[in-house]
Amino acid sequence: MAEPPASDSSAINTEMARLMDSVVVRFSGDSGDGMQLTGDQFTNTSAVLGNDISTFPDFPAEIRAPAGTLAGLSGFQVNLAASDIYTAGDAPQVLVAMNPAALAANLSDLEPGGVVIVNEDAFTRNNLRKAGFESSPLDDESYLQGYEVHRVPLTSMTRAALDDLDELSNQQKDLCKNAFALGLAFWLFDRPMETTLAFYQEKFAKRPQVVKANTRALKAGYAYGETTEAFQSRMSVPTRTDDVPPGTYRRITGNEAVVLGLVTAAQKANKTLFYGSYPITPASPILEGLAALKRFDVRTFQAEDEIAAIGSVIGASFAGALSVTASSGPGVSLKSEGINLAIVMELPLVVVDVQRGGPSTGLPTKTEQADLLSVLYGRNGESPIPVIAAATAAECFDMAIEACRIAIRHMTPIFLLTDGYLANSSEPWLLPDLELIEPIEVEHRTDPNGYQPYLRDEATLARPWVLPGTPGLEHRVGGLGKQDVTGNVSYDPQDNEHMIKTRAEKVARVADYLPPLEVNGPDQGDLLIIGWGGTYGAIRAAVEHSQSEGRSVASCHLRHLNPLPKDLGKILSRYRQVLVPELNMGQLSMLLQARYPVRVVGLNKVQGQPFRIREIVSKINDILT
Amino acid sequence: MTDTVEPPVIKPPAGEPSPLTRKDFVSDQEVRWCPGCGDYAILAQMQKILAEIGVPREQTVFVSGIGCSSRFPYYMDTYGIHSIHGRAPTLATGIKAVNPDLTVWVITGDGDGLSIGGNHLLHCMRRNVDVKVILFNNRVYGLTKGQYSPTSLPGHRTKSTPMGSIDYPLNPISVAIGAEATFVARTQDTNTKHLQETLRRAAAHRGTAFVEIFQNCVVYNPTAWDHTTDSSVRDDNIVYLEEGKPLVFGRDSDKGIRVNGMIPEVIDVDSNGAANEGLAVHQESLDNSSYAYMLSRMQHPEFPLPFGVLRCVDRPAYTDMLVDQVQQSIDSSDADLNALLHSSDTWVVE
Repeated sequence: MAEPPASDSSAINTEMARLMDSVVVRFSGDSGDGMQLTGDQFTNTSAVLGNDISTFPDFPAEIRAPAGTLAGLSGFQVNLAASDIYTAGDAPQVLVAMNPAALAANLSDLEPGGVVIVNEDAFTRNNLRKAGFESSPLDDESYLQGYEVHRVPLTSMTRAALDDLDELSNQQKDLCKNAFALGLAFWLFDRPMETTLAFYQEKFAKRPQVVKANTRALKAGYAYGETTEAFQSRMSVPTRTDDVPPGTYRRITGNEAVVLGLVTAAQKANKTLFYGSYPITPASPILEGLAALKRFDVRTFQAEDEIAAIGSVIGASFAGALSVTASSGPGVSLKSEGINLAIVMELPLVVVDVQRGGPSTGLPTKTEQADLLSVLYGRNGESPIPVIAAATAAECFDMAIEACRIAIRHMTPIFLLTDGYLANSSEPWLLPDLELIEPIEVEHRTDPNGYQPYLRDEATLARPWVLPGTPGLEHRVGGLGKQDVTGNVSYDPQDNEHMIKTRAEKVARVADYLPPLEVNGPDQGDLLIIGWGGTYGAIRAAVEHSQSEGRSVASCHLRHLNPLPKDLGKILSRYRQVLVPELNMGQLSMLLQARYPVRVVGLNKVQGQPFRIREIVSKINDILT
Repeated sequence: MTDTVEPPVIKPPAGEPSPLTRKDFVSDQEVRWCPGCGDYAILAQMQKILAEIGVPREQTVFVSGIGCSSRFPYYMDTYGIHSIHGRAPTLATGIKAVNPDLTVWVITGDGDGLSIGGNHLLHCMRRNVDVKVILFNNRVYGLTKGQYSPTSLPGHRTKSTPMGSIDYPLNPISVAIGAEATFVARTQDTNTKHLQETLRRAAAHRGTAFVEIFQNCVVYNPTAWDHTTDSSVRDDNIVYLEEGKPLVFGRDSDKGIRVNGMIPEVIDVDSNGAANEGLAVHQESLDNSSYAYMLSRMQHPEFPLPFGVLRCVDRPAYTDMLVDQVQQSIDSSDADLNALLHSSDTWVVE
């Protein structure tokens, strides 16, 4: 190693900073190493600085799988850019690997020539064995050939930086190595430390020694970058200069956006928000988020099981609250019977399905889009229900409001589909002007004159929402076959068919209220890509890439999956071919082919991972050549 | 009924007499239970006591699951939900969480409440949700035509147990006490006065009031409760619980219950009271539930079956506390939605 640089080295290094339009960084380590927090802080700082950002955390289902193993790895990928980006990036250019397992699992994803920062201290014989190495890959030139590798003794340098903090054990000191790594990353990417320093002050306010330790480790990491000459150059992603809509932004994940959207919807409807749910990955953060918002008259109920959760929500809706439950695949299956009761009782409620890899327990922390057909058709009898899906993390806010609006306007339960990717990934969100969000109109009939429980609105076919406590409008509703208008129990064959057709028509009429679809690209041509849900970013980026290469490709992303928008058929007919990329085995493809005279090509992936842009680009190229 | 044993009398609450009558609670729906079914008596007494208590019809909600008894809400001219099998307590919880002013009754049976819905009943009681749970126990599945239930006795022969049931039955009041219910009582469909009084007590309780009603299924299990209804034997088979009174029973009030260690035993008592030392004296409000549990374990034919309120204690109701927490938050902090949206690191694009 060369002499320690002079004090003006940072100026020199800054001059050498390599300007990049975008960079993808992946942090990977044990699930106890604090990788999510490290990634979060790195992202926040970059977002506040003015980059476009998109993140994708990837973590195991086990809370603390054995340390040092592949099974216990937790990763966080962030894409920083000077212009509009739609995904967290296909492949990282920088990998921070906290142990041998992290290197083994992620190196093949790294772009050729990419930068690898490893915690050299973690390459012990034991850890190497756990990661499946017979000898240290750091000593194997062929293994790391083509990459810029930096061996940093993160653990020992962190300990050295915290040496005199006697009140902390070595174990506690070692927990700060992620702060050291973050400091180094801040230096490497020319990022200020203020946001994170303020975060430590707030998060550990009651433990000043922890604030001190993390602060010191962070600064030590930064200083390490500054004072060694190990790094050939710093990297810098300039602030966005493209046409960004003006306004105040924050970073948001899909689950956070659902929480804020539901609270906003309740305020716009002037209603109590009742949220009944049972903890399940990856939907639990919605329960936790809402439980902290009681001041907005949010009443959360952690039920004894998924069935109790949907039951409580039906009761709450009957009593007059804006009522919501959320779950993921296995829990949604358990709610099926309750959802059918809500369909027959014609009560408004929202079921958020944060889809995860299935079937059965499947891949709890990974993403998939394979619940579409089950939420449409996975219940007994004819049970029509509106289904909508959010395309991006930030859009979960708007779609949560949309779900509440449809539920109340049409007196129906509704599914809002998100997925594990949207739930946990984050992106910048232009904060909305709350004044511009339309109120959600609610009417509770109080006039007993001519009242019948299933008297229907002419336009929507919705029945009146009458609250218990209203004198003179006492009525009984239930799951048995019934007569329209009176709601009386009826086993009459004609009544039964009439009710089934009426409920279907009621849901079909939701389409009368949908905005026209937007097509991204030429309004006719060689290829139309139809997408839904969290694949939006990858599809959009792929389509723009193909368009820039001169291909006649357009995309159209569906937010409303039942009923489908009325203009979809015409749009489909204007392109020679239709491609539907889905993280399932072809569920929307099947629906489209059943409903429209169209043949579609599917691009299907069920690996628990989102699409990479290049996978879609490659499929486009296959189709158009 | 003989004149030797009178169930305890509980007077209606003082105040203005209710302007309501039983008819106000009768809906326009045709009642469709089998002729002779015990449900008719329960329905009639429920309508009667609600009128007497004077809770407005619109403030009352009946929620049921599935089964013969679960048709009950259709026949009450109040708000009502006939929900799905076993899930009534969950809907009731949601209703009370949103509007704690409503009086909510859950109507269930031994199959609905203790088999398919056992989990919900358990959690409703331990949370002390402010609902009244009325469990019609006829020890058989009626609506599905006669299979054995979780309260059927061992050896019970039904179409699904042709060689006799090998399931060990649950005792509903033991389950309720074990699940920390704050009000636990037992009564009988045909014991009109006692039924009324028990329902009145349940109505007055804040928190989960669990009432087991011995109910006769005339078609599939008509002899299940003969020992508590047949006038020639019933007084020897029931001990009426009265607060502060000794546990005395029998046609001639000549027997009593003494607690020997942790174990109850039947002893002869002197009607003059001279030999009554050591008799257990009923206390429904003991914080420790061991005594109530011991009573619940007294089973026919070794013991008389306890009728009345086994346990009645005060504990805050879940739904009241839920609403209190929300109210406290509303009162103590500023609910600014725009500030909430901004509650994260933000940046401005000009």
